[in-house]
Amino acid sequence: MLNRISTYFYQRPKLVLALFLTPPLLYMGVVYLGSLFALLINSFYAIDDFTGLIIREFTLKTYAQIFTPANREIFMRTAGMAAAVTIADALIAFPLAYYIAKFASPRLKTWLVIAVTIPLWSSYLVRVYAWKLILAKEGILSWFINLLHLDGPLDWLLSLPGIGGSSLSLSPIGMFIVFMYIWLPYMIIPIQTALERVPASLLEASSDLGAKPLQTFRTVILPLAFPGVVAGSIFTFSLTLGDFIVPLTLGNSKFFIGQAVYSYQGTAGNIPLAAAMTMGPVTIMIVYLLIARRLGAFDAL
Amino acid sequence: MPSNSSDTRPKASWGLKLAALGTLLFLHVPIAIIFLYTLTPDETTYTFPLPGFTLKWFAVAWGREDLWRSLKLSLQVASIATVAALILGTLAAAAVYRSKFFGREAISFLLVLPIALPGIVTGIALRTAIGGMSIPFSFWTIVIGHATFCVVVVYNNVLARFRRTSASMIEASMDLGANSFQTFRHVVLPNIATALLAGGMLAFALSFDEVIVTTFTAGQQTTLPIWIFSQLTRPRDRPVTNVVATFVVLITFIPIFLAQRLSTSSSDTEGGTK
Repeated sequence: MLNRISTYFYQRPKLVLALFLTPPLLYMGVVYLGSLFALLINSFYAIDDFTGLIIREFTLKTYAQIFTPANREIFMRTAGMAAAVTIADALIAFPLAYYIAKFASPRLKTWLVIAVTIPLWSSYLVRVYAWKLILAKEGILSWFINLLHLDGPLDWLLSLPGIGGSSLSLSPIGMFIVFMYIWLPYMIIPIQTALERVPASLLEASSDLGAKPLQTFRTVILPLAFPGVVAGSIFTFSLTLGDFIVPLTLGNSKFFIGQAVYSYQGTAGNIPLAAAMTMGPVTIMIVYLLIARRLGAFDAL
Repeated sequence: MPSNSSDTRPKASWGLKLAALGTLLFLHVPIAIIFLYTLTPDETTYTFPLPGFTLKWFAVAWGREDLWRSLKLSLQVASIATVAALILGTLAAAAVYRSKFFGREAISFLLVLPIALPGIVTGIALRTAIGGMSIPFSFWTIVIGHATFCVVVVYNNVLARFRRTSASMIEASMDLGANSFQTFRHVVLPNIATALLAGGMLAFALSFDEVIVTTFTAGQQTTLPIWIFSQLTRPRDRPVTNVVATFVVLITFIPIFLAQRLSTSSSDTEGGTK
């Protein structure tokens, strides 16, 4: 009996393919894409100013609201933060990625890769919470800064308009540190992967041809690592754009995109505006992905 | 003379070593600080140095009914989302591996989308769709949300394994008279078993820890991450939160560590983002 069923399917590979594909396609296609589509549709609706109900008629009114100065400022602030986080992450990820890819012994490498990957999969929320402890006014970082007699410079930094705040745990500087910390593994891994692919013979050739180590680094290693940096930046940029946990935890009244979406949707009940707002990060990410593909970032993923 | 691979490896400069070490410490020390804070007797602030040491918060956390309920909910959601991801991810990987068909590339793209787009997009999209159909937010809406981004993890792991399994083994099995079911049971399954295990554990960890999509797809349910999140914005139980955070780190560490060990040699756990 089983043999007959088996033969039946063996002779009909198309049927088997269809049977395999239907459940995942049904799920992802209908549930996920369907939801995204519903979101897109909703962004073209508007909310009635008096009743607060959604009017299901096509309008561009909601999109117009995005370009009010207040919302434009939110976009600029978020994109600026995402860019700053991306650059900082690339800078601090590089030495570790370079060390793992080119210098660590195979044994050490295994452990280092695990050490970098574990934070990538785990405890996003707990890692944000850790910084709430560290950055608190009475917390460990202040204690350390006090110990080094650096509280003067810190107070000066916190007094700067735009990036300062009442304490590190309630300021854009604090958010920047936390974002940089949380997305760092997403930058290390692609850079390491890209560097891993640089053949040793290329570096030898460079030094045989008389290049000094620094010259080899600048003219051979850096350009070849660049696609990895771009690949990593897709994550750091996208994740910062859409996050609302960090701004809610460490931010002040100055909104970021994720936070704005969260509050429009939640307390304000304005789903159309929230939907239109998310189209911002989606568009930015699509453009970003297209540019990244041009730069060869997908090979390093 | 045969050259040993360690001979050709250049020596790192001290500056590079220090910078690498610094980054590594930056990645891991903050978590250790939470561990430290579980011992503080201070209930209202995060004072450092700790004003003393106590173990009582472990007992307090143990006695909290609401935490047990949240933990149970999180475990249930993660288990069901993982099972769904295992089934859907393996089917998709098998289909993509077996045959070339129109739109094959699009499938990978579709599966990666939930983790490539910011979590808030997935979250609000699901909320809009579910709310639009007047379906009440419940346990199952949380599971549906989690499964969308867990599928890709299993898919990536299993597909990578399929690609390294030679098709001739399956043909040999069939040639020797095994039917499709026997071949699956005795050849395919043992081959992909560790990939399924690794993918499943990563999916579990991802779901257990997820908060962004969950805030949008949950009704009144409080998963453990939602509980922690409520403490982040309005801290009421600081010492208990420290204990819970420590617990979450430890419980997600085990499956992730095992999954990494299972596949470090084969490096087929790529594709992990939130």
